[in-house]
Amino acid sequence: MKIDIILAGVGGQGILSIAAIIGTAAVKKGLYLKQAEVHGMSQRGGDVQSHFRLADYEIASDLIPRGKADLIISVEPLESLRYLPWLAPDGWLITNSEPFININNYPKKEDIESEIKKIPNHIMINADEIAKELGMERAANMVILGAASPFIAIEFDALLDAIRETFASKGEDVVNLNIACIKAGREFALKNKINN
Amino acid sequence: MSKLLLLGDEAIAQAALDAGLSGIYAYPGTPSTEIMEYIQRSKQAAEGNVHRIWSTNEKTALETAIGMSYAGKRSIVCMKHVGLNVAADPFMNLSITGTNGGLVILIADDPSMHSSQNEQDSRFFAKFAMIPCFEPSNQQEAYDMTYKAFDFSEKHRVPVMLRVTTRLAHSRAGVTRKEVRSQNEISLHPNPKQFILLPGNARVFYKEALAKQPKLNEESENSSFNQYFDGKDKSLGIIASGIALNYVKENFVNKEIPYPILKITQYPLPVKKIEKLFNDCEKILVVEEGYPIIEEQLKGLLDKSGKIKGRLDGTLPRDGELNPNIVAKALDMPIKEGPAVPSLVVPRPPALCKGCPHIDSYLALNEVMESYGKGRVFSDIGCYTLGALPPYHAIYSTVDMGASITMAKGAAIAGLVPAVAVIGDSTFTHSGMTSLLDAVYSKTPITVLILDNDTTGMTGGQDSHAFGRLASICKGLGVEEEHIRQLKPLRNFHEENVKVIREEVEYQGVSVIILERECIQTLSRRMRKLKTKTK
Ligand SMILES: Cc1ncc(C[n+]2csc(CCOP(=O)(O)OP(=O)(O)O)c2C)c(N)n1
Ligand code: SF4
Repeated sequence: MKIDIILAGVGGQGILSIAAIIGTAAVKKGLYLKQAEVHGMSQRGGDVQSHFRLADYEIASDLIPRGKADLIISVEPLESLRYLPWLAPDGWLITNSEPFININNYPKKEDIESEIKKIPNHIMINADEIAKELGMERAANMVILGAASPFIAIEFDALLDAIRETFASKGEDVVNLNIACIKAGREFALKNKINN
Repeated sequence: MSKLLLLGDEAIAQAALDAGLSGIYAYPGTPSTEIMEYIQRSKQAAEGNVHRIWSTNEKTALETAIGMSYAGKRSIVCMKHVGLNVAADPFMNLSITGTNGGLVILIADDPSMHSSQNEQDSRFFAKFAMIPCFEPSNQQEAYDMTYKAFDFSEKHRVPVMLRVTTRLAHSRAGVTRKEVRSQNEISLHPNPKQFILLPGNARVFYKEALAKQPKLNEESENSSFNQYFDGKDKSLGIIASGIALNYVKENFVNKEIPYPILKITQYPLPVKKIEKLFNDCEKILVVEEGYPIIEEQLKGLLDKSGKIKGRLDGTLPRDGELNPNIVAKALDMPIKEGPAVPSLVVPRPPALCKGCPHIDSYLALNEVMESYGKGRVFSDIGCYTLGALPPYHAIYSTVDMGASITMAKGAAIAGLVPAVAVIGDSTFTHSGMTSLLDAVYSKTPITVLILDNDTTGMTGGQDSHAFGRLASICKGLGVEEEHIRQLKPLRNFHEENVKVIREEVEYQGVSVIILERECIQTLSRRMRKLKTKTK
């Protein structure tokens, strides 16, 4: 078993919390894991990505080879396209549909969406809106994690436990809101996955 | 013991603590920063009273560690590659004195320059100083090698360089710990002259350092870290150093690697092992992350064998970070690319945060400098370097920490008046104070803007050493009091700030303008902390 994931987004959008939660759950299961993160310069609003690898055997490279990623999980639609060369032929693209616009030449939203729709296996979800409705705008990344959860070879309950553990110090309300967000994301994915 | 999920940097930090560390000395720098931060957060470090406060720069950090080694205790110094240029003086001289308590020098290189001005390879520095260098290939080895490095340093009385690169420093994996060792007691070197580098002593110690080399070679030769894996297909032999080994292995997942491989993670180079591979195989591929230092030595000046492939003959790119695909290409293996990146995907470069104080400083400075034309603002390294990008286009240089002031001085003396320097508060205390003293002493007309955001922003918001004391430092260095101006970089004060900056730029002497407002990121972190505390 192996799952290779590219996590994508813009510096400050919380892709590392997604990684931390999957990581916590994976370590509990005794899986091997490697997760290359981006720190430093690019975190100032630039594009950031993390290579996240899980396997039941020892993993060699911290970086995923091109064409081998089972999942691209992106918290921003334009960023979801930046790493397509890494996507495996049967891989899934799971992305937020809500743009984060901090550059003047940001492409048209429709154009980005039509590119995303060209990917045979994809899920596009307005995570910002769902998180806002649930009362925790900052947890859009948990909605995205929820949407990706059916494709990560880890039981959903284990992810929920990892969320409880990660956010425990922030109080029960924060834990419950994050759990509501991941559940909403998962529900959306199970209903709306496009599998051409 | 159960596995911990650690960044390479954190594995090093944990190993240092477990090996009986008494002090860590460092100046922040990507990708080395997380080592100090881990130890600062660590309960184990707090309980052991491990000294763990940021130093003003890499030179002061290394010198403090040398002092700790002198006193017989174990210390680690951490910095990014260019930091070692700043610390090169103590570093090279330490190679002559040798050590007493275990001393490990962690250098984090940044091939592909993810967050750096260059991609210099610190293994050259280790070779230059003739000290051993450990180059771990993964997080577990980062832990194991750090732990061992302290013993190794004490056994041979040499400092040990630990060299990592960005990818290992910032990648997480499971790590198993060793038993926790207690800290050393104070003990002095048996030779009371050992740290007195008067020429007469230094000549003796240098010979001693040279005499240690065969022992270090032997250690490398017998080290379990330098492993020879045999393979059936002798048409190619692979030398893979450090993390490069993983990229070779990645291309043979679930398959046997047909070629013999020599893994090198401990230097000086294990010559006999290299010789065996060289003799056994028809061709040799050298895969190393960084400069072709092994390859160059292997080839020498006059190599006619035509056997050696790597970064020098174009089999691998001469510059930049490696990855599994680059290595696949060198091995003639196919790459299965996914879909191409659509043409509408534009770059998203890093930018100053919304509300960043530097924005208001640059808007005011730009208005003043417009009448003088381009090319007169020298800058430095930090978040404010992003002022080189649109929409600001405010600065024209970024070379090394502290250079803004001295470059402005040189340009002004050459006749480029007015010349302006823009420097951050942390960079100013790192290397700018001596530059300012130079300008004061030579009475060169320059204007120095200190962008004081109360923190070391670029590397994640570490404390700034001169917090609240910048004006008095400048006064102490001899800048006239009436030409030390203090401003708040806020939109509301724009007109006033423009007026003051113009006055000082026109002044024919050394002037300093301190633009003080807290970094938005540290401010919001501080507010969040306050909120959780009052809850
Ligand atoms: C010799 C050296 N050490 C460390 C660094 C890494 N580094 C780059 S900028 C910076 C700090 C900048 O802080 P400051 O001057 O206060 O500016 P800010 O980022 O807060 O705007 C550091 C530590 C470096 N480039 N060179
Ligand atoms: S981290 Fe602070 S100093 Fe750096 S760009 Fe953001 S607000 Fe400005």
